[in-house]
Amino acid sequence: MTINRRDFIKASAGAVGTAALGNLAGCASVQTGSAGPKVVVVGAGFGGATFARYLKLWAPQAQITVIEPNTKFVSCPFSNTVLAGVNQMEDITMPYDYLKQAVDNFVPDTVTAIDTAKQTVTTAGGKTFAYDKLVLAGGVELLFDKVQGYDAEAQKTIKHAWKASADQTGVLRQQLEAMPDGGTFVMSVPMSPYRCPPGPYERACMVATYFKKAKPKSKVIILDGNPDIASKKPLFLAAWKKHYGYGTDNSMIDYRPNNMPRMVDAKTMIVGTEFDEVKGDVINVVPPMRAATITGIAGVRDGNSGNWCTIDYRTFESKVTKNVHVLGDSTLTNFPKSGSVANNTGKMCAYALSEEFAGRQADPAPVVTNTCYSAGSESTAFHVATVFRWNEEKQSMVPPPNANGISSEESELEMAYMESWARNVWADTLGLPESYNFTAKG
Amino acid sequence: MKNSLAVTLLLAGALGTAASAYAVDTRARFIAANCSYCHGPDGKSRGAVPSLAGLEPGYFVDQMKAFKDGSRPGTVMKKHANGYTEAEYEMMAKYFAAIK
Ligand SMILES: Cc1cc2nc3c(=O)[nH]c(=O)nc-3n(C[C@H](O)[C@H](O)[C@H](O)COP(=O)(O)OP(=O)(O)OC[C@H]3O[C@@H](n4cnc5c(N)ncnc54)[C@H](O)[C@@H]3O)c2cc1C
Ligand code: HEC
Repeated sequence: MTINRRDFIKASAGAVGTAALGNLAGCASVQTGSAGPKVVVVGAGFGGATFARYLKLWAPQAQITVIEPNTKFVSCPFSNTVLAGVNQMEDITMPYDYLKQAVDNFVPDTVTAIDTAKQTVTTAGGKTFAYDKLVLAGGVELLFDKVQGYDAEAQKTIKHAWKASADQTGVLRQQLEAMPDGGTFVMSVPMSPYRCPPGPYERACMVATYFKKAKPKSKVIILDGNPDIASKKPLFLAAWKKHYGYGTDNSMIDYRPNNMPRMVDAKTMIVGTEFDEVKGDVINVVPPMRAATITGIAGVRDGNSGNWCTIDYRTFESKVTKNVHVLGDSTLTNFPKSGSVANNTGKMCAYALSEEFAGRQADPAPVVTNTCYSAGSESTAFHVATVFRWNEEKQSMVPPPNANGISSEESELEMAYMESWARNVWADTLGLPESYNFTAKG
Repeated sequence: MKNSLAVTLLLAGALGTAASAYAVDTRARFIAANCSYCHGPDGKSRGAVPSLAGLEPGYFVDQMKAFKDGSRPGTVMKKHANGYTEAEYEMMAKYFAAIK
């Protein structure tokens, strides 16, 4: 491979620095001793796991500690197919074993305190870790107290299933199975911005596909806090019409915009909105959300009335605290809150830090992409895809012309691609080997 | 004189290391990694989306251009192809071709 002049100069500067002058070429704020910079990653979801794996590949000298309380990775993407009965919880659950092998230290614990002045994090288990770079990839915090009555007791009956787990997705599936034919499933869509914009509308499709087969007299009521379908609207409307009778008197799906749930009552099984009280046999309310709890503890929730974290697009460093980087759903960016984006931007942050550790500048003009597939029925899917590039004039990351759009129509081919996407994004995030046996079906 | 010779020698030695340590085009590697959530880690797909690892660079670039100008129909690739420059197609083609 040839080296161009620019790389040649950068390379020689880096090599001389290391060979003769210690770490002059490195960033002054990073203690690059012989052991390499210490990087602590909070959360091994799509953002944190991808970041940790790729940073180790691209900057092997970095000493990477990943802190994550879950013993296994349970995927939100594809969790709606569990509600449909197409897949089981096991099919969307994957091991952390390969990620553990890839990083220096994997700590099964929860971070409960952060000192950004001393640059340390402390866990519930009482361990403290020093960092040169801290990466917060904790996903989202669900704000139950914004919905009256949605207390710990009510949460035993009413599931959000917006963080996939046996106790959420698994129980919601059981509730749907136990529901008599002719029953009503009431679900909600939080106000934007929220995790996975198309997710709720896909959920409606997946529950309806199950009802169509097993309980054809049943109904799905969607209470949407937003004024309209927030993502892939023409494709969801087409799927609802084609598969679930939407627009006819016999529609299985009843869509109600501007209907933010304000209260729930788990005893009488009622959801209250500003206008209405809606009774359900199974209730699935997704409360409003904000950046993960840990970002509040770190004091980096600066955006959108203190709910989300603004970052520098080139490095994913918090705009308020140095050496603290925020990834995935916790960030406030032009990107949708998706697993694809968390995966892709995890690599972007790993790339920026690996360049910094090598004594170079982070790429001044990065590019990342999002693609979200959604299932419209058991056998069909469609996508939204966008490429985002740094735009100097706008000082932001925006799609170049024609690099943004949705499927022309749903198809079985795209269901095959959606299944392939899931396997590849899981493999890419968790380092699953080529021999790994996936069981999730598209 | 002595000093500058030392510097020259040092540079020569350092550059020897540099050539091997930094022979990687890190930008190409990053851009190529943009594709792996669909095409698999290192472009080795685990499903219906085609693998990119080992594709002949000329073929790779032609496909990207064909997605862009619409002469190769597809589901999602036109949007992705529109987001990158032809120079980037070449960088990625080279990167994926080198993966065994
Ligand atoms: C129903 C549904 C369907 C979806 N479908 C898709 C899809 O088809 N495609 C797509 O791209 N995206 C989809 N998404 C969105 C996707 O799941 C999220 O965007 C993605 O999970 C965000 O990644 P993250 O790393 O920010 O957070 P997560 O993946 O939620 O990871 C956060 C991790 O941090 C850990 N953590 C939190 N706090 C702490 C702490 N204090 N200490 C240690 N660890 C901590 C958590 O245990 C968790 O493992 C879907 C989401 C839902 C709910
Ligand atoms: C959302 C998933 C997705 C992403 C992201 C994606 N691709 Fe693709 N790619 C596909 C699919 C699906 C096809 C088959 C054609 C189609 O339907 O568009 C394909 C086909 C291709 C082909 C043709 C392969 C062959 O054997 O003929 C090439 C080359 C390619 N992609 C390159 C890329 C590159 C480079 C990137 C990253 C910049 C990328 N793709 C990102 C899904 C994706």
